[in-house]
Amino acid sequence: MPPIRVEVDGATYEDDVEPRLLLVHYLRDRLGKVGTPVGCDTGNCGACTVLMDGLSVKSCSVLAVQADGHDVTTVEGLGAGGAEHPMQRAFHEEHALQCGYCTPGMIMASIDLLRENADPSEAEIRDGLEGNLCRCTGYQNIVRAVRRAAGEMRRPAEERATAEEREATP
Amino acid sequence: MISATFAYVRPGSVDEAVSALADAGEDAKVLAGGQSLTPLLRLRLAYPDALVDVGRIDELREIRDEGDAVRIGAMATHHQVLRDPLVNEHLPLIAQATATVADPAVRHRGTFGGSLAHADPAGDLPAVALALDAVLVARSVRGEREIPAADFFVDWMTSALEPDELLTAIRVPKLGPGWGSHYWKFHRTAQAWAIVGVACAVRRERGAIEDARVALTNMGPRPVRARAVERFIEGRSVSEDAFRSAGAHAAEGTEPPGDLHGSPEYRTHLAKVLTTRALTAAAAV
Ligand SMILES: Cc1cc2nc3c(=O)[nH]c(=O)nc-3n(C[C@H](O)[C@H](O)[C@H](O)COP(=O)(O)OP(=O)(O)OC[C@H]3O[C@@H](n4cnc5c(N)ncnc54)[C@H](O)[C@@H]3O)c2cc1C
Ligand code: FES
Ligand code: FES
Repeated sequence: MPPIRVEVDGATYEDDVEPRLLLVHYLRDRLGKVGTPVGCDTGNCGACTVLMDGLSVKSCSVLAVQADGHDVTTVEGLGAGGAEHPMQRAFHEEHALQCGYCTPGMIMASIDLLRENADPSEAEIRDGLEGNLCRCTGYQNIVRAVRRAAGEMRRPAEERATAEEREATP
Repeated sequence: MISATFAYVRPGSVDEAVSALADAGEDAKVLAGGQSLTPLLRLRLAYPDALVDVGRIDELREIRDEGDAVRIGAMATHHQVLRDPLVNEHLPLIAQATATVADPAVRHRGTFGGSLAHADPAGDLPAVALALDAVLVARSVRGEREIPAADFFVDWMTSALEPDELLTAIRVPKLGPGWGSHYWKFHRTAQAWAIVGVACAVRRERGAIEDARVALTNMGPRPVRARAVERFIEGRSVSEDAFRSAGAHAAEGTEPPGDLHGSPEYRTHLAKVLTTRALTAAAAV
């Protein structure tokens, strides 16, 4: 079995894996990172989206051996020191989920979208998320959440920190 | 489903890759972006004994200027092609069609060469390569050969590549001044495959169409050049009427499939309408 070395959510893992093992199964079954679900068998639904070297990929369509030497971020690796990532907070505040099955993939794809376009229009968000299916929300609130997170993430860090402090003071 | 077992090799150079393919025999497959192959493995529609992963061979990702052509490395990802300045300047048809392929995550991994080698008649890029008279460069331990796009797509999901051959690059002649192009894809939902697609490039001179190249996606077991359309429109003055009459020839010589997305009759209708639209858009230079 080929050895692999991957960085996942900031930690380095070395393992021997079967070549046919999918990245998503490696993450879930070997590393216990069950935050990334599997939705389909064909690369269509986007539920399993993670970032590989910062770019979104469908982890059901990547072999674990292909991730060797790369840096993977799952939804579990977002946010620092227990704080939510602005995208997670926006999904929460805009009620951008119902059953939540699509949410981890939707959040990762949305972060990828903002990497390329810091201020996307509604149409650009819909286009950028075309590879992520949601059977519950009707997408309206997802689009709203991404707009909100984009606004949030464009604000300079100090301003954001002061606002958070203000919100935290009773 | 979990795929059947296979051996895995990851060569570091083209030479190593072609030796690995020669050693592995008939039942080895090249693994490029894996966006088509991985689902096939999982559905157990493909059972290769070995995968030769060419994902770490950097030279295969290069896109470079070769004077009157742009040479696109087989492993250039859709994401990379879409943003490439040479492609955008000289071959906007490729960029435009690539933007319609799948979704951002698939485009981050899927490759230009993989889309052609896969030879799916519903794929958008085979018709584009055909319309642009691309030349595909293949390497094996036996040497290198060049395959014109017109000879590359042999049948449904079957290319002219031998099992031991690696597609290394695609050379696409630049479209010079006076050329306009358009890819018209018709699909029902975002991120879906084309029900029918039309790739079209025309050269306009003094109000007339001097050259036309039209190829169709998903109008048969392989992409087809709409020669009758080309013959009809070449030499004619640009007009709505001329484009409509040209479009009427679009389905000639095609064998459109019938499936749950549409009957052969519906596809025939679409080919005509979309060809007219694509010609009109391409000629608006
Ligand atoms: C959800 C989804 C939607 C999609 N929608 C579209 C769409 O709308 N339009 C479209 O055109 N495509 C679509 N695709 C397919 C996508 O374009 C793939 O990127 C492409 O078909 C295959 O490229 P790949 O690099 O992933 O190849 P792989 O999956 O790695 O390989 C595909 C085949 O080509 C062979 N091969 C690959 N590279 C080489 C090479 N260099 N030399 C020899 N053989 C090689 C492999 O052995 C294999 O048989 C979609 C895919 C998915 C998952
Ligand atoms: S589970 Fe990966 S795309 Fe559906
Ligand atoms: S919230 Fe249920 S699938 Fe999106």
